[in-house]
Amino acid sequence: MMTSTTLVYLIALPLAGSAILLLAGRRSDKWGHLLATGLSASSFFVGLYQLSLMLGRSNSERPVTQKLFEWISVGTFKIDASLMLDQLSICFVLLITGVGTLIHIYSISYMSHDADRRRFFAFLNLFIAAMLLLVLGDSYLNLYVGWEGVGLASYLLIGFWNQKPAYATASKKAFVMNRVGDMGLSFAIMIAFATMGTVSFSGVKAAVDHTSTAALTSIGIMLLVAATGKSAQFPLQAWLGDAMAGPTPVSALIHAATMVTAGVYLITRSNFIFDAAPTAQLLVVIVGAITLMFGALIGTAKDDIKKALAASTMSQIGYMILGAGLGPVGYAFAIMHLLTHGFFKAGMFLGAGSVMHGMNDEVNMRKYGALRKFMPITFATFGLGYLAILGVPPFAGFYSKDMIIETAFNTGGAKGIILGCVTLLGAGITAFYMTRVMILTFTGKSRWDDEAHPHESPWLMWLPMAILAIGSVTSGYLLSHGDALVNWLSPLFVNHAEHAELLSPLVVSGLALAMVAIGVAIAFVKYSRNEVAAVAPTDVSIFTTIARQDLLQDRFNEAVFMAPGQVLTAVLVKTDEAVIDGAVRGVGRIALGSGSALRGVQTGFVRSYAALILIGAVALVAAIWVVTQ
Amino acid sequence: MIDLAIQVGQTAKPEATLFWILAPLSVAAALGMLLVKKAVHSAILMAFVMIALAVFYIAQGAPFLGIVQIVVYTGAVMMLFLFILMLVGVDSSDSLTETIKGLRPTAITAAVGFGGLMISLLGRATLGRNAVGVEAANAEGNVQGIASLLFSTYVWPFEVVSALLITAALGSMVLAHHHRIQTRPTQRELSIQRFRSGSLANAAGLPAPGVFARHNAVDVPALLPDGTAAAASINASLKARGDVLNSSVFELGNIDTSVEEEK
Amino acid sequence: MNAANYLYLSALLFTIGAVGVVIRRNAIVVFMCIELMLNAANLSFVTFSRINGDLNGQVIAFFTMVVAACEVVVGLAIIVTIYRSRRSASIDDASLLKR
Repeated sequence: MMTSTTLVYLIALPLAGSAILLLAGRRSDKWGHLLATGLSASSFFVGLYQLSLMLGRSNSERPVTQKLFEWISVGTFKIDASLMLDQLSICFVLLITGVGTLIHIYSISYMSHDADRRRFFAFLNLFIAAMLLLVLGDSYLNLYVGWEGVGLASYLLIGFWNQKPAYATASKKAFVMNRVGDMGLSFAIMIAFATMGTVSFSGVKAAVDHTSTAALTSIGIMLLVAATGKSAQFPLQAWLGDAMAGPTPVSALIHAATMVTAGVYLITRSNFIFDAAPTAQLLVVIVGAITLMFGALIGTAKDDIKKALAASTMSQIGYMILGAGLGPVGYAFAIMHLLTHGFFKAGMFLGAGSVMHGMNDEVNMRKYGALRKFMPITFATFGLGYLAILGVPPFAGFYSKDMIIETAFNTGGAKGIILGCVTLLGAGITAFYMTRVMILTFTGKSRWDDEAHPHESPWLMWLPMAILAIGSVTSGYLLSHGDALVNWLSPLFVNHAEHAELLSPLVVSGLALAMVAIGVAIAFVKYSRNEVAAVAPTDVSIFTTIARQDLLQDRFNEAVFMAPGQVLTAVLVKTDEAVIDGAVRGVGRIALGSGSALRGVQTGFVRSYAALILIGAVALVAAIWVVTQ
Repeated sequence: MIDLAIQVGQTAKPEATLFWILAPLSVAAALGMLLVKKAVHSAILMAFVMIALAVFYIAQGAPFLGIVQIVVYTGAVMMLFLFILMLVGVDSSDSLTETIKGLRPTAITAAVGFGGLMISLLGRATLGRNAVGVEAANAEGNVQGIASLLFSTYVWPFEVVSALLITAALGSMVLAHHHRIQTRPTQRELSIQRFRSGSLANAAGLPAPGVFARHNAVDVPALLPDGTAAAASINASLKARGDVLNSSVFELGNIDTSVEEEK
Repeated sequence: MNAANYLYLSALLFTIGAVGVVIRRNAIVVFMCIELMLNAANLSFVTFSRINGDLNGQVIAFFTMVVAACEVVVGLAIIVTIYRSRRSASIDDASLLKR
C-alpha cells in the first residue's frame, strides 16, 4: 500500500482551528468564524487533491496510508496511530468537508446574532476533525477515537444553547444513548482483539477466514449495536428527535448529513465481518427495516419541522442500513444513498433553518403557510430536496433509493419480498410526510402570528442551500452513470454473483413511483383541500397520538430502562445507608460501646491492672497447656 | 564455701540434701514477704531468698552467677531497697486489709491456677529427661566460659545493656533530683526567724538527745533545764517505730512542767 | 537429684512474687516482689543451662540481672519522686489515671 505524507492535514487543519478558537477565547471573536470556515475549506481542498492523486493511480494502488506515531506498544499488542485513505474514505472525506464547509458558510450568517458564535465554530471544526479521524483511521481503535470525538462534538453542539434546561437535557440524552452504542463498539474491539489478536482493518480482514462464526457473529452484533447508537437506529433511536435542540446548521451537518451516517460507514467498512456472519447481517437488515418504518411513521405526525426532518433522517438511514445489510450487492447502494441523502437532507435542513430564520425561530409548521411568496429561493431549494427525497426521476433519490428497493426485492425468497414491500411502503409514507411538510410550510393560507415578518435569508445562507440543491439534483445521476460509484468501490468488497432478477428495474421504478404518487395524493387531499388548523387538533385517532409521541419510544425507555434503574438506585441507596453506613457506624458504635463498657476496668489502681495481667498470663499458660497436650 | 558448694553440686546426694533444706526455707521466706506488715522485714526475707538462690546457682554449676547474685543483688540492690525504705517508709507499717473489693480472692485464684498450670507444664516438659550438666561447658572454668560467650556471641547485647545501665543511672538521678522553688534560707535568716517567732522557748535550738540524761543514748530524751524530758529531742523515725522509751521515766520529779513543748 | 525440682521451685517463687505484686500496697514491697519474680526466672535459666549443658542460659540470667538492676534504680527513683509529692509510698494513692 502506498504511503502519503499529506493525509494528516485533512484532520490537522480543522483541529488546529478548533484549538485556536477555544484557546484564544474572546480575542478571536472577530475573525474566528472566518478562520474556521477557511480551515474547513482548506481541508476540503486537501481532500480534492487526494482524490486527484487517487484518480491518477490504478485501481489496486489507490489506498494510501500515513503512520503518524506509535500509539500503543504492549508486548505483542502494537497499534500505530495511522491514517488510511481508500475509495470508501474519500467519499466520506469529500462529503464531510464539502457539506461541512457549506454549512460553515451558512452558519456565519445564521449565527451572526449569537454572542458565542466563535465557540460554535470551534465546536464545528472539532466535529469535522473528529469525523475525519473516524473515517480515516486504519484500525477499529483509531476509528473509536474519532467515534468518541464526534459524540463529544455532537454533545457540545446539541447543548450549545445549554442555558435552556430542556436543551441541556437533550444533549445529555444524546450522549448517554450514544454511550450504549459506544459500549457495543468497545466490546466489538475487545472481542476482535481476543479472537484475532489484531484490531486493524487489514488485519481483521485477513483473520476472518480462520475465525469461528460465533466470534464473527458476536463482533457483528456489537458493531451493529454501535451503529444503532450513532445512527439513531432502532432500538437506540430516541435521541435524534431531541437532538434537534441544537442550532439548525448542527442538525444539518451532524444529525442529517455526516455523523449519523457513521453507523453505515462502520457496517460497510466491516463488510468482511458481516459477509462471514449471516446472522449478524440478517439483524442489520431487520434493524434497518424497522427503523425505516419507525421513522416514517413518526414523520407523519410531527408538527415541528425539524423533528419531522429528523424522523425522515432516521427513516432514510434505515434505508442505508438495510442496504448495507443486504451484503455485497447493497454496500455500494447504501453509500450512494448516503451521499445523495447528505446533499438533499442537509439542503432541506438548511431550508428549514432559513424558514425559522425568517419566522422568529418558530418551528411549528402549523404556524407557517404560504411562505412560497416570501421565500422563493428557500422554496426552490427545499422543493428540489423534496423531489430528491421522494425519488422522482431524475433527481438524486430516484437513483439511490430505487437501487436499494430493487436490491431488496432481488435478495430472493420471502425475505426479498418482505424487504421489498417494506421499502416500497416506506417510500410511499416518505412521500406523504414530505408532501405534508411542503404543503404546511409553503402553500395554503398563512397561519403565522402577527409579529412574524417572513423574509428571504441573506445570500450567505441561500448560497450553500443552492449548491446543495444542485447536488440534490445531479448527484444521483453522476454517481450512478455507468455504475460510477459501484465500480469505484468494487475493489473493497467481494465480488458477488448476479442474482436472478425478481423484478426488472423498470418495474421497481414504476412501483416506487406509484407508491410515491399515492402518498403525495393522500397528503394533498388531507392538507391542501382541507383547512389546516393553526393549533394541532386533539381529537385525533389513537395512532396519531402514539405517532406524535414518537411511537412511545421515550415511554418505553423510561418504563423498561429508567424505572428499573431508578428502583435499583433507590435500593442501592437504601442498602448503602443500611448495610455499608450501618457497618461503618456499627464499627464506631462497637468501639464506643466496648470502650465505655471497658471504662469500668480503669480503676486507676495499679494493682488491679497487675491482677488483669496475671489473669492474662494464666490464660496464656492455659492455652499453651491445651495446645501442647 | 564456694569449694564446698561446688563439691555439693558435683555429687547428687549432697545437692539433694541442700535443695530439700533450702527450697522449703526460701518458699517460706517468700511467703513471709507477702505476709509481714513491715517492709523492712520483707526486705530481710527477700535477702534470704536471694542468698538461697545464689547457693542454688553455685550448686548448679554457675559459681560466677552465684557470686554476682550475692554481690549485686544481696549487696547492692537490697542495700538500695533498704536505703529507700529508710528514706520514705520505715516509720510506717502496712495494713494488710484489702481495700479493693474482690482483688485478693481473684489474685490468689489466678496465682493458684498459674502455678498449677506451670508445674503441670514443667512436669510434662521435663519428665524423663536427664540433665546434661554443665561440667563439660565449665571445663575451662565457669567464668572463662561465660566470658567467651559474652564477648563473642553476646557482645552486641552486652554493649547495649551497658548503655541501658548508664541511661538508667542518669535517668534516676534526673528523676530523684529535687528542684528548689525558693533559695535555701541562710543561717542568718534562720536565726532571725527563730527570735522573731514570738516564743523564746526554741530560740536556743533543739536540745540534743541524751543531754542531762541518765542514759547516754539516741533513744533517751534530753532533759530541759526545768527537769522535764524533751520529746522533741528524739528522732521522729524512732518514735514512729515505737523504738523510744517512755520519756516520763527520765523526768527529775514534780517540778513545774508548764514549759511548752515545741516540736 | 532431678534438676526439674529447681524448675518447680522457680515456678512457685514466681507465682508467689506475682501474688505479692497484686496484694501488697507498699510500693517498695511491690518492687521486691517483682525482683523475686525476676530471680525466679533466673533460676529457671540457670537450670535450663544445666539441663542443656551449655552456658547460654547463664549468660541470659546475667543480662536479666543487669536489666533488673536498671529497673530497680529507675523504679526506686520514681518511688522517691512520688513520695516527695504525695508523702506516701502506697501505690493505691497514685490512682489518678482513671475515668
